[in-house]
Amino acid sequence: MKNSSVVDLLLLLLLAITVLTTPAFSDLVLSKVERRIDVTSQIARVTKTLKVVNSGSESVSEFTLTFPKFLGNNLAYLTVSHSEGKGKAKRSLANLSVEEANPKGMPDSVSFYTVALPKPLSKGDTLTLEVVAAFTNVLQPFPEKISQRDIHLVMLQESAQYLSPYAVESQSLSVKLPHNARIESYTKLENTKVQGSEIKYGPYKNLAQYSYAPIVVHFESKAAFAVAEKLVREIEVSHWGNVQVTEHYNLVHRGAQLKGEFSRLEYQDRPNPQGVSAFRHLLARLPPRAHSIYYRDDIGNISTSQMKSDSKKTEVLIEPRFPLFGGWKTFFTIGYGLPLSDFLFASEGKRFLDISFGSPMLDLVTEKLIVQVVLPEGSKDISVTTPFAVKQSHEIKYSHLDIAGRPVVVLEKNNVVPDHNQNIQVYYKFSNINLLSEPLMLITGFFVLFITCIIYTRADFSISKSSAAYLAKLQWDEVLATVQEVQNIIQKCLAAHDKLEASLRDLSRTGDIQTCKAARKSTDSSLKDLSKELRPLLASLQSFPSASQISPKVEELVAKERELQEKLMAKHTTVVEGYEKKSSGRDIENRIASQQQKIIALRQEVEDLLEFIDEI
Amino acid sequence: MGGKQDPTTANGSPKSEPTATKNTTPDLLNSFFSFKSLKLKTKQQELLLRVSILGLVYVLAFIARLFSVLRYESMIHEFDPYFNYRTTLFLTEKGFHEFWNWFDSESWYPLGRIIGGTLYPGLMVTAALIYWALRFLRFFVHIREVCVLTAPFFASNTTVVAYFFGKEIWDTGAGLVAAALIAICPGYISRSVAGSYDNEAVAIFALLLTFYLFVKAVKTGSLSWALGSAFGYFYMVSAWGGYVFIINLVPLYVLVMLITGRYSMRLYVAYNCMYILGMLLAMQIRFVGFQHVQSGEHMGAMGVFLLMQVFYFLDWVKYKLNDTKLFQTFLKITVTSAILVGGIALGVGTASGYISPWTGRFYSLLDPTYAKDHIPIIASVSEHQPTAWSSFMFDYHILLFLFPAGLYFCFKRLSDATIFIVMYGLTSLYFAGVMVRLILVATPAVCLISAIAVSATVKNLTSLLRTKQKVPQTGSTKGVGSSKSSSKVTLDQSQPFQKNGAIALLVGVFYLLSRYAIHCTWVTSEAYSSPSIVLAARGAHGNRIIFDDYREAYYWLRQNTPTDAKVMSWWDYGYQITAMGNRTVIVDNNTWNNTHIATVGRAMSSYEDEAYDIMRSLDVNYVLVVFGGVTGYSSDDINKFLWMVRIGGGVYPVIKEPDYLVNGEFRVDKGASPKMLNCLMYKLCYYRFGELVTEYGKPAGYDRARGVEIGNKDIKLEHLEEAYTTSNWIVRIYRVKPPTNRV
Repeated sequence: MKNSSVVDLLLLLLLAITVLTTPAFSDLVLSKVERRIDVTSQIARVTKTLKVVNSGSESVSEFTLTFPKFLGNNLAYLTVSHSEGKGKAKRSLANLSVEEANPKGMPDSVSFYTVALPKPLSKGDTLTLEVVAAFTNVLQPFPEKISQRDIHLVMLQESAQYLSPYAVESQSLSVKLPHNARIESYTKLENTKVQGSEIKYGPYKNLAQYSYAPIVVHFESKAAFAVAEKLVREIEVSHWGNVQVTEHYNLVHRGAQLKGEFSRLEYQDRPNPQGVSAFRHLLARLPPRAHSIYYRDDIGNISTSQMKSDSKKTEVLIEPRFPLFGGWKTFFTIGYGLPLSDFLFASEGKRFLDISFGSPMLDLVTEKLIVQVVLPEGSKDISVTTPFAVKQSHEIKYSHLDIAGRPVVVLEKNNVVPDHNQNIQVYYKFSNINLLSEPLMLITGFFVLFITCIIYTRADFSISKSSAAYLAKLQWDEVLATVQEVQNIIQKCLAAHDKLEASLRDLSRTGDIQTCKAARKSTDSSLKDLSKELRPLLASLQSFPSASQISPKVEELVAKERELQEKLMAKHTTVVEGYEKKSSGRDIENRIASQQQKIIALRQEVEDLLEFIDEI
Repeated sequence: MGGKQDPTTANGSPKSEPTATKNTTPDLLNSFFSFKSLKLKTKQQELLLRVSILGLVYVLAFIARLFSVLRYESMIHEFDPYFNYRTTLFLTEKGFHEFWNWFDSESWYPLGRIIGGTLYPGLMVTAALIYWALRFLRFFVHIREVCVLTAPFFASNTTVVAYFFGKEIWDTGAGLVAAALIAICPGYISRSVAGSYDNEAVAIFALLLTFYLFVKAVKTGSLSWALGSAFGYFYMVSAWGGYVFIINLVPLYVLVMLITGRYSMRLYVAYNCMYILGMLLAMQIRFVGFQHVQSGEHMGAMGVFLLMQVFYFLDWVKYKLNDTKLFQTFLKITVTSAILVGGIALGVGTASGYISPWTGRFYSLLDPTYAKDHIPIIASVSEHQPTAWSSFMFDYHILLFLFPAGLYFCFKRLSDATIFIVMYGLTSLYFAGVMVRLILVATPAVCLISAIAVSATVKNLTSLLRTKQKVPQTGSTKGVGSSKSSSKVTLDQSQPFQKNGAIALLVGVFYLLSRYAIHCTWVTSEAYSSPSIVLAARGAHGNRIIFDDYREAYYWLRQNTPTDAKVMSWWDYGYQITAMGNRTVIVDNNTWNNTHIATVGRAMSSYEDEAYDIMRSLDVNYVLVVFGGVTGYSSDDINKFLWMVRIGGGVYPVIKEPDYLVNGEFRVDKGASPKMLNCLMYKLCYYRFGELVTEYGKPAGYDRARGVEIGNKDIKLEHLEEAYTTSNWIVRIYRVKPPTNRV
């Protein structure tokens, strides 16, 4: 059943033999090598501590790291740092620069990386190097297809002895398996022992250059083999105070493929979903103060997600619409807003955005990551610094109310693991004046709209200025205007009447006849003026043929008003005379009672008429 | 005597008032008059009031329809809207030309469907135009948002049209009331909530616009209004099959006008222009084509058109001939020959097949029982059922009572316009009684006529109140009044309790109207805002539980099946599978090919191995069934199953309905017929359901939708295997296995 792996092993052995024959790089010797391989997740994380001793005569400034090619091809992340001191005083220093090398005359089955040492290592000196490497796709599901009930087994291939162009004096290897994992099988060499969930190989002493002892570990893995085939992260900076992050995931389960039926009954009957070769959810750890989080896909919102947040982080439990079995895919989008002040800083007249490069999902491998940083419209002098090499390009994106479009920095990187979640910096120049452009555009838009409305209602758009209908309409407008004026005058008359009444009231209170007479005089004159104004209006109204319906009503109104006026005057005179003669209040009231009644009736009629005309 | 007392006390009051109040009186008077002069200054005040009310109604109509977006999300609802959404997406991506010539191979496999020639493109083109316009204005919205909000937007526009229509048939007051009523009328909201992206969403707007423009044309006799109405008709034809209602109602109206002796030049101009231009324009829609001259449903309009010409001709002859006797004989000859010629032409046309007879849908409108006997596929749709009284009440509420009152007012003031609205109201109400979904068509008419009732009543009542209010007003302005004067002011004192009665009635009217508003809001939020893709239920603790199984299944199909997979399901889910699952379906909601649907119905109701042959012949890779046994969701495939049997049996006589029934009863428990217990649909729905305990205290395999324990718990599938079942078992998808090797 393990045919393929056996062939692999043979190949590796051959490789080891060929490698042994190649010349040494330099006179470095590794006095102690400790390797730990962590395979608790789908990513194989290798940490190595290398103690390098220069046993040669010349000082050395470069160190060569090697991996078997099948691992080297899947290398996602590699850092080398060196540490000084010993024991508790040990402190690690800055990362060293690592470059992939292709030395000539070397076998193809080995990948080489050159590490530049911080300072040339002179004869007899020692140096401790810490290497951290993460590999993807090295845990091969085996068997490749399983049914829903089966457990998920994966296989790891490595060398028990450290493959190195240098001689190794002592080395050990430990493989850390998931907790409580079932170990199906593992290669037993001398000095092999299993401790809990760890398998230990070594220590092996005095290994020659390019020593190689292939091992295979076959064990159960419950980890989610979640791989984003493609992840597009769009980070949009708005200077109104928000950084909007939108992430589009093309997710696939890269574990053993499901064969045969999917049974919902069995899936939901399992009390513990851990036993199932499928994963139900992913955990995304977003920055603190993330807000307006949404989670959707092509066909709408996905309601199965949970969020909890505290001051340090925001955690979102993302549950796809369906559980992902091996080989199943899904696509979804999550988006969230971040406060701008947490991510945007200024330095030397430039602004820079300092934001994480990778996905916030835990234990997610991204095969192709595209980060698009969308800067505000009008940003200039854009530059990017990244802690590792990425492919860069520029684009233009159009969003709401954009004229020239927003500059977009596109960063691309393949095979990204969570170790790549380091901050990148995007520097640009942006003037705050540009912020006003969009509101101004909106304001202008509404302004233009209102202006057109005003022009439309005011201007005359009729095609034929001489048609009968048009003329009639013009005339009608004039009639209406005239009637309006007449109404206004009548209103004024009525107001004058009220003044007169008020003066009478004052009279009854104070008995001051003179003021009352003065009021009468002023009212008289104003009424006279008003009636003068009324005359031409009435004449013009009669001249309009279309006013034939209204004009009798208007005339009636005027007549009634005049009558009212006369009655009022008469009443006024009576009352004033009464006061002059010092008659009793009751006497006066009796005298004007009949007049009063008529006045009220007339007033009512006038107001009715006004209302009637109003409604035309 | 109470009424009489009022003015006197008012008259007396200024005199006996303390001085403190007297000082304030002139101010009050002044302010009163300044207000009065302000009010009288212009008509613009009234205009402003009207415009602002209309604006508020416009906004109200829009936001009342957003319940679904707030409750759920911005999503497309139901079944047909998904097709419309998919085609709109295609239109915006590929352009109009491609859209017009689109042959869709993703549906009706292996037949395909010529999309451009079999749909009403009005809705999609409208949405696409809005989308393009917004993009042009630099608003980069998603087309989905445009589609979701198209219906509310057009509902708002409808309120404006309703206002103008009301203004045309009655007055501005009635127009405003009509706009307000139609803005929240449940009968209309049911089809125009946000996300209900269906033809009706724009069609009601187009319908009302056409009618309004036509009435305006009849009223003015103006060619331009008639032209407008022809374009309105064209828009309607492009948007919805319901245009047949217009092309029959308008001629009917003209006919009634002719009979009642209201023939006029205005009518002649309006109808001829609208008919001829409208017909020519409508022919541009590929789906409609030459139906205006070839189909029986459109012949009435043509007949009236010809009749109109005869009328005109007779009028002319009458004018030329002064001899009445001669004219009478001429009239007889002309009318008989005209009818004869028309009859012969119709007969020949029908006999030769040039004029197609009426379609089944048309028949089923005129005769509600027709569909049940002849076209099961129409009868199987729930919205094609006759309307129950309760749903009238539900959708119209007080309008149901106001409608007759409005009719009374219309008859009281008969005019060309009111005759039209009366005819529109009566005919559409009849159709609303025949089919539930046609309540929608009747809604504008009901709202308009009810608005007349409300407006006229309120106007009468307030005018009563106003004349009464004058009395104390004028009295108070008279300064020197006499409290003792025995001769009292008498104005309209004929009916003593008139004022109180009027107030009571007004309060009643406003109470009713407010009840209406409350009812409408309630109905909208509770009944009409569910997208039906996402089901919601109340949990034991009052919390909301969401069943998103449909989308779960469709999305699974979309992500985890080969892109060329063919999915077989009952036709209800066809549009959704193609739109959301992006997979080819055998049949969908278009239902244009009854045989194809019957084949699927046959496969579902056959034994597994027979069904397997059918599925193999249709290249089916997956079968999708909807099953509500776990959740108690009742509109699932088992409950629809008898329709599958009927439709399948209608084409393939091997399928017999009695085989699936026991004593005429449809059962799924132990007493079910053996054919039922072993047919494909039963097996697919209940596969491994027998092992599941759905409800505490009930045996395993208890079907909660039907409340029985299923009859066949040991179901083995031979040619199919479970591919996916959603979390609440509502959708189950099966994979059709490839044939086994022959031994």
